[in-house]
Amino acid sequence: MTDHTKISALEKALLAEIAGAGDLDGIERVRIAALGKKGRVPELMAELGALPADQRRAFGQAVNGLKTRVGEALEVRKAELERGALTARLAAEITDVTLPVRAGPLQDGRIHPVSQVFDEVAEIFGDMGFSIAEGPDIESDDLNFTKLNIPPEHPARQEHDTFYMKGTGKERDNAPVMVLRTHTSPVQIRTMLAQKPPIRIIAPGRVYRMDSDATHTPMFHQIEGLVIDESSHLGHLKWCLEEFCKAFFEVGEVRMRFRASHFPFTEPSMEVDIDAAAIGKPGKWLEILGSGMVHPNVISNCGLDPEKYQGFAFGMGLDRIAMLKYAIPDLRDMFAADLRWLRHYGFTALDIPTLAGGLSG
Amino acid sequence: MKFTLSWLKDHLDTEANAEVLADKLSSMGLEVESIDDPGKKLAPFTIARVLEAKPHPNADRLRVCKVDTGSSIVEVVCGAPNAKSGMIGVFASIGTYIPGTGITLEAKPVRGVVSAGMLVSEKELELSDDHRGIIELDAAFADKLGERYADALGLSDPVLDVKVTPNRPDCTGVRGIARDLAAANLGKLKPDKKPTGVGGDYDCPIDIKLELPRHAADACPCFAGRYIRGVKNGAAPAWMQQRLKAVGLRPINALVDVTNYLSLDRGRPLHVYDADKLQGAIRARLGRRGERFLALDGKTYQVDDTMCVIADERAVLGFGGIMGGEETGTTTDTRNVLIECAYFDPLRTAATGRKTGIVSDARYRFERGVDPAFILPGLDLGTGMMLEAAGGEPSRRKVAGAPPETKTVISFSFARVEKFAGIKLPEKEMRATLEALGFAVEGKGGTVKVKAPSWRPDIHGPADLVEEVVRIAGLDKVPSAPMPRASGVAKPVLTETQKRVRHARRVLAARGLVEAVTWSFIPEVQAKAFGGGQPGLELENPISSEMTTMRPSLLPGLLAAVQRNRNRGAADVGLFEVGQAYRGDAPKDQFVAASGVRAGASALAGSGRHWTGAAPEAGLFEAKSDVVALLAGLGFDAGKAQVAGEAPSWFHPGRSAALKLGPKLTLAHFGEVHPVTLELMDVPGPVAAFEVFVEAIPAQTRKSLARPALEAADLLPLRRDFAFLLDAKVPAGDVMRAAMGADKKLIASVSVFDVFEGEALGPGKKSLALEVTLQPRDKTLTDAEIEAVAQRIVAEVKRATGGQIRA
Repeated sequence: MTDHTKISALEKALLAEIAGAGDLDGIERVRIAALGKKGRVPELMAELGALPADQRRAFGQAVNGLKTRVGEALEVRKAELERGALTARLAAEITDVTLPVRAGPLQDGRIHPVSQVFDEVAEIFGDMGFSIAEGPDIESDDLNFTKLNIPPEHPARQEHDTFYMKGTGKERDNAPVMVLRTHTSPVQIRTMLAQKPPIRIIAPGRVYRMDSDATHTPMFHQIEGLVIDESSHLGHLKWCLEEFCKAFFEVGEVRMRFRASHFPFTEPSMEVDIDAAAIGKPGKWLEILGSGMVHPNVISNCGLDPEKYQGFAFGMGLDRIAMLKYAIPDLRDMFAADLRWLRHYGFTALDIPTLAGGLSG
Repeated sequence: MKFTLSWLKDHLDTEANAEVLADKLSSMGLEVESIDDPGKKLAPFTIARVLEAKPHPNADRLRVCKVDTGSSIVEVVCGAPNAKSGMIGVFASIGTYIPGTGITLEAKPVRGVVSAGMLVSEKELELSDDHRGIIELDAAFADKLGERYADALGLSDPVLDVKVTPNRPDCTGVRGIARDLAAANLGKLKPDKKPTGVGGDYDCPIDIKLELPRHAADACPCFAGRYIRGVKNGAAPAWMQQRLKAVGLRPINALVDVTNYLSLDRGRPLHVYDADKLQGAIRARLGRRGERFLALDGKTYQVDDTMCVIADERAVLGFGGIMGGEETGTTTDTRNVLIECAYFDPLRTAATGRKTGIVSDARYRFERGVDPAFILPGLDLGTGMMLEAAGGEPSRRKVAGAPPETKTVISFSFARVEKFAGIKLPEKEMRATLEALGFAVEGKGGTVKVKAPSWRPDIHGPADLVEEVVRIAGLDKVPSAPMPRASGVAKPVLTETQKRVRHARRVLAARGLVEAVTWSFIPEVQAKAFGGGQPGLELENPISSEMTTMRPSLLPGLLAAVQRNRNRGAADVGLFEVGQAYRGDAPKDQFVAASGVRAGASALAGSGRHWTGAAPEAGLFEAKSDVVALLAGLGFDAGKAQVAGEAPSWFHPGRSAALKLGPKLTLAHFGEVHPVTLELMDVPGPVAAFEVFVEAIPAQTRKSLARPALEAADLLPLRRDFAFLLDAKVPAGDVMRAAMGADKKLIASVSVFDVFEGEALGPGKKSLALEVTLQPRDKTLTDAEIEAVAQRIVAEVKRATGGQIRA
């Protein structure tokens, strides 16, 4: 057998073994058997010493060539086997991707519609330069009624269905009669007593009336507006309400109707209806608020000169406008804390109303 | 206030229909709540004559009538006992809907005879309850066969219902409403007719007195009366009865009907006494304790000394201005009467009305203030109508006292209308409006003297006149005027607390909690269980026993809501509320809390069971986590506050805490709700809860918007673990604080990664494992330096807590 034949035979045998290796352990065994210290290629190389000098060079080159080719074949096969092993592993790692995940707290939590709508209203009036004033729920009858030009025995006091606080005005000498405020209007008084005009405020809050049926609850929310300066008049009031309604209901135009009415604390007084087209139900007028020019008696009751200062006030039901805007059917549900209702009609924490982004996003 | 269109037209000469008038009234402040046209449902019913009524061949009680409907002769089966040949009745053809029975007529044989329609009763037309027989019309209607019944009888008269605001007593009468419409150019007010022949030629035989003490002289300043002898008190004229019926009043007798009619027509209540039942003089006086009388509503009322009553020599007869008495009322047998026309003080009338609970047409008018100048004319007008309705001979008037004077004169500048209402109107038009409403305008030029009419007690000053002018001109005519805006971008407007409240809501909602709004008033027993029930916080007149007391905490409302939701099938509930609670009735006692409850498996990660692992049963640490996150959201690091085991009694004593800044300032409570409290609330536990006092959190003083420079060291932090053996009662917080304090510069953070209690440690012991992170600042730490810090940590923990390092 010539050297050349021997080398070829060995190469053929080794390449066959490499091709036949079935896994990474197998290929390692082939590598050691072929190229390891005592492998068949080094073994062949060892025969070099026994060759005549003139053949050594050619033999050495031929064996080195074999070594290189076998080494390359080993790398290629190893890479193949590695890829195959990975594919097999990944094939075994398939997961049921239809299993459900948790929604996460942002999806679970809710903001109550009344809170949301108040944030919307604050956004609008804030832009028009109104700040937000507040007052207590338990109010003296002086602020809730008398200073608002509703003297004792005035029939309007009875129309308000007032809740009275027990024991006040009687057992405690000289203490005022305390009531649960029947409207947010006493905040007008508190504001005018505390600061000099010009005044532009809105006052949101809980109000209370002894009334409970399909459309009334003993507690509900109102939002009051008050503007006092030296020149604001009914025309400004109309504009202010028109702009508010357009912004709040997020429509280009709201048809409004202004009707004369009577409230003891405004003169002239007017009730305001909107065309229900604003909420997608044309053909119906919806009463949304009461308003008017602040009565001169109210202004002077707050220590301001009604010959110098004038302005307007309005009050509307926050729950009511929330119900109108978002088609919420029943006022009573607002206070029932029913999770099903809250999840359905509520808003998520990130539904933050802004003028730039649109009130309802 | 109801009236019919034809009634209005007695006073107003107008061509406008009911809808046009109603729109104008509503825009002027006299809101029309309904227009009801009874003619509409009666439209298909026509007048017909029964030509012949003969017995039904197959039924004894039925008759077969040959009926002339005006257009044809038809056969009608009729069961009414009064059906007879020649009578004029009301016919309904097949297909007509009968309002009284709710049935639409169909052509089907009645005992073998096909009926072409029906002859109807008043009940079937919902005109009355009379079902004794079919309607029988006067023979005079014989030439109206085929005409609409409603038109022929004048029943097609729309009824308007106006909501009269309390400031407009004049509009409690039809004439007042007509006057407003005339001022708005919707017609002409017809001149008032003066009654004639009412003067009489003999003195009123019954004396009239005012016996009021000086302090109550205004209770009834004027009482006018007139005697009529020889009346025949039968039924009132048909037209009057019809109008009264149309507005919902039941006709009683001629004299009473006249008083009711005038009350509606003029807002002028009268009363009429059967004079033969009176003893001695009649008088207005204050009531006396113990007195009582049987009123016209059939009830007996107690009288007290704040009430103005009408009495005779013997007894109280009635409440002045509210309701008369049964015993001296008129009947059909009454022969001689005394008419009362008086003025009663609005405030006293209102007070008596409220005390007695009597709601009457008289009270409605007197408590708003009847026209004092119309006492004597009203008496004469009433007398005239009574004479017409019941005959008799009137006496001369007898008047005690004098009508209260009305002399409101206002100095008024027409320029005020533009200044207040923003509308420019011609002075001539404004003057005309006021005059049409009955005001006397004196003087020329910009400022005039305006005298209010006697029927307008609501007019006090210029603002009232502006209102009159503008509401008649129409508020819709006021042009909108843009409010001046501050230049530049709108400024923020929320106060610190308002911002916190807003933020608190968003933080808690972002943690998966659902915002509720619960009642401010709760049952007293619940208020007391949460530290409430202070004086001044209980309602005098609660609407139910569930809403008696102002809440001291938001937790009772939320806990009750948890249970309601569970009763509807919700297993795990996480709710919060941000709102007010009350420590007392002063404004400063009202505070804002942000409170929440988690019941069942409800945690930040979610609630309920899940294949990745169920949410934990909510406990102290879920609540604590909410509090810490909420405070962080409000810009406050909870680590700066002390955690003290001092939560109030409604928390589990071992599983709750208060977060405090110093001994007096409490920022929050959190923990598990006490089992006894839960039992009282009827809520099965455990339930985790928290209360954060939003206003108590110190304001963050921020000098600059610039953030301090970031200190991100280049060197890698290193972590070392320590395990300490401690007394079980030593708070982990103390151990952490001690470790943290061992080297404030080098130690960046300390966390607890294991807590273990077990027999192996011995009784009353626990093991606490800390991970301490060291952050080298300038250079890499040597082993010796690290060892030195570790030793300091061990020593500091031992000093502060007695903890031993575990090997």
